[in-house]
Amino acid sequence: MLNYDLVVVGGGPAGMAAALQAHEEGIEKIIILERADTLGGILEQCIHTGFGLHYFGEELSGPEYAGRFIEQVYNTDIDVKVDTMVLDISADNVVTAVNNFDGLLTIQAKAIVLAMGCRERPRGALSIAGSRAAGIMTAGTAQKYVNMDGYMPGKTVVILGSGDIGLIMARRMTLEGAKVKAVCELMPYSGGLTRNIVQCLEDFGIPLRLSCTVVATHGKERLEGVTVANVDEHLKPIPGTEEYIPCDTLMLSVGLIPENELSKNAGITLDPVTNGPVVDEYRETTHKGVFACGNVLQVHDLVDFVTEESKLAGSGAAKFIKGEKAEDGVVHTKGENGVRYIVPQNISRATDKDVKLYFRVGRVLENVTLTVTCGDEVLLSKKKRKMTPGEMEYVTLKAEVVKQLPVDSTIVVSTKEA
Amino acid sequence: MKYDVVVIGAGVVGALITRELSKLNVRVAMADKFNDVAMGTTKANSAIVHGGFDAANGTLKAKLNVRGTELMPQICKALSVPYRNNGSLVLAFSEKEMEHVHTLYARGVKNGVPRLSVVDKETVLKMEPHVSEEVVGALLSESAGIVCPYELTIAAAENAVTNGAEFLRNCEVQAIREENGEFVLETSLGEITAQYVVNAAGIHSDDIARMIGDDSISLVARKGEYYLLDKSFGYMADHTIFQCPNEMGKGVLVTPTVDGNLLIGPSALDVDDKEDVDTTPEGLEFIVEKAKKSVPTLNVRGAITSFAGMRAHPVTDDFIIAFSEKNDRFLNVAGIESPGLSAAPAIAEMVAGMFKEKAELTEKSEYTETREAPVRFRHMTKSEREALIAKNKAYGRIICRCETITEGEIVDAIHAPAGARDVDGVKRRTRAGMGRCQGGFCGSKVVEILARELNVPMNEITKFGGESKILFEKTK
Repeated sequence: MLNYDLVVVGGGPAGMAAALQAHEEGIEKIIILERADTLGGILEQCIHTGFGLHYFGEELSGPEYAGRFIEQVYNTDIDVKVDTMVLDISADNVVTAVNNFDGLLTIQAKAIVLAMGCRERPRGALSIAGSRAAGIMTAGTAQKYVNMDGYMPGKTVVILGSGDIGLIMARRMTLEGAKVKAVCELMPYSGGLTRNIVQCLEDFGIPLRLSCTVVATHGKERLEGVTVANVDEHLKPIPGTEEYIPCDTLMLSVGLIPENELSKNAGITLDPVTNGPVVDEYRETTHKGVFACGNVLQVHDLVDFVTEESKLAGSGAAKFIKGEKAEDGVVHTKGENGVRYIVPQNISRATDKDVKLYFRVGRVLENVTLTVTCGDEVLLSKKKRKMTPGEMEYVTLKAEVVKQLPVDSTIVVSTKEA
Repeated sequence: MKYDVVVIGAGVVGALITRELSKLNVRVAMADKFNDVAMGTTKANSAIVHGGFDAANGTLKAKLNVRGTELMPQICKALSVPYRNNGSLVLAFSEKEMEHVHTLYARGVKNGVPRLSVVDKETVLKMEPHVSEEVVGALLSESAGIVCPYELTIAAAENAVTNGAEFLRNCEVQAIREENGEFVLETSLGEITAQYVVNAAGIHSDDIARMIGDDSISLVARKGEYYLLDKSFGYMADHTIFQCPNEMGKGVLVTPTVDGNLLIGPSALDVDDKEDVDTTPEGLEFIVEKAKKSVPTLNVRGAITSFAGMRAHPVTDDFIIAFSEKNDRFLNVAGIESPGLSAAPAIAEMVAGMFKEKAELTEKSEYTETREAPVRFRHMTKSEREALIAKNKAYGRIICRCETITEGEIVDAIHAPAGARDVDGVKRRTRAGMGRCQGGFCGSKVVEILARELNVPMNEITKFGGESKILFEKTK
């Protein structure tokens, strides 16, 4: 059995930032376990630009953004094992992993950072009627075929779901010579960033059809077309609005799900809304010494925020290992009136830093008053012109404000439209 | 190509027949129009080994079901195919339905079904705590079980090929003529000569029979749709749970699968197009609504996939297993609808017997009765895994993260006798791509491995043969 202070599960932007932060704070024995054959995670296939505007103040491609962290990791004595899949995390923080050069590995860790990322929601979860032809794939799979393997996965494309990967792939496929006929979105608003709607659809004249879904797929071997239909306010297809669109490819960008199978098996409590672990302000889960950050914790839209969050987790892990993670009772957080969730779900009153409460709203809101309360006390109130489910929001609570809240009280973030 | 016997159709029936014939001193080939075995009705059905109380007394269905269910455990053991004797329940929700349960009981006893009993509400709810409180009683059939139909078929084909049979994939029989007392099959692979033909072409067995002028087989294509739920819902049923048929039609079943998922279905819709295995919103809605009658807390948000299969319903309502009246070297094995999977081992036994008698065939002096279990990394202990990786490093590389499937297992599936040639073939043999992400992550890696092992470019790899290509040309 190997011994490490910190084992980081996943070598994407989250895992690397957490490992680097812990290293910076003096942790010596750190290992990153990555299932792919390189560090970098999903960024490696995101060859478009738009990464790093917040964190680096410049516009980078995915591999460039990842590259900056990969270089830093290799310039430290942080150990890295790629092509290595973690199979299990035990109650006493023993990590079991496997690869084709060491065989089975068991590692006793003082602390663990979970940074496994997320996966795309597949077709089965949607129950679209019709055939099981080839040519139906998630946008991320299509992105890998185009950007990593160098093959075109389709020539005439309909995209269901206007999540960011779907929008990015609409542009990517167009640039590669495919015809993207439509992006259909079930909801009356897009789930993607506004800048992606402008730069990936509008600039290329690709229609975005809101309140519209795919009701059937056609074609016995390769996909030949899809039937789309408008949906009513209950998201049910409206009879008579069906339209057949010939296409050889249907790409799905219908949501991301944090990959928490390891966390679940380790008995870590998950938040039913985020599908990620319940954490404190340093992103420590309910399992002592196990931290989580990045898309395994909550699905982010910007990697810049992943980096920020992961540094917190790395810092928390370092403090835990050094026995410096202070405790003085916790306060809880909760979203109300359109605020779907809050991360972190718990905050230690002993926090030495201001705490950012991250959240998403459940629908498009305009002229909103956002309030943060605890009991009868209003901790913070601010006005927002517009909030959309596609963009993660946050409010910052001062450490001294948190300190004076009663133990086990609940901080509530809520919205009110004018 | 010249054979003594050509079996047309590589479904569970064709494969088990070929396996029986491969033990005899006879040159046998199994031809199928698809790129793999188990591509028709076999890959999309209820995966049930029925007790045998449903079919009318004296029918082939009744006789072969009871015998097949008796043979199933040993054949699954020999072929290393997962089988579970979980038993089945036919639920009654009214006194009238209880009468039907008693009728089924009496019929089952007459059919020779062992371990059959009528149980009361309390017993049912104790056995199945998620069943509706509305239940009145049930028929318990303890000999019933579950098996994975395509795994059984894959294993049978593999064993048959090991014993010298040939599997001719992408071999569509287009016409049959007779020359010098032999059959000449005109196929997409060219002409094939055979002394005998077994017509096990499933939903197309009527078309195949017609090729020799035999129009005695009349089939109705009956589509059935299913939902497959995630393993986290597997706890909802332990037995296979049937409903009584009523004015609203035949009920749907709720059953665990051997892999621990939950399966619900089927709908029943007679269709004109035999290839129409599209799922429909109405069909899927119907099965959910019906299944909830048995297990009210069912939630299809746990669905990982839905699919439809085609049943070859014979208008005579019984299996057709006989040499054709047009030519006594042409054996029809047709109309094998439910309980076809249950009966398949008995059908194979019967057909082998008919051939032995007809052609005076003898057994080979040596043949392999068993098929070794494929490597299943996910089921292994730590020390087994260590030993395995020490032997072959490819077992240390996880390709499918949801189901924990290694590269070694995928390579094995491709190079096995009658092995996988496409992504779905790998999926059925290894479960790679069958988990939560449905191949989102590993799909492209499986394409890569197939291309490498078969020595073809990635864009020639298909999902399930034919034109089901996954990739087009290289990017610019």
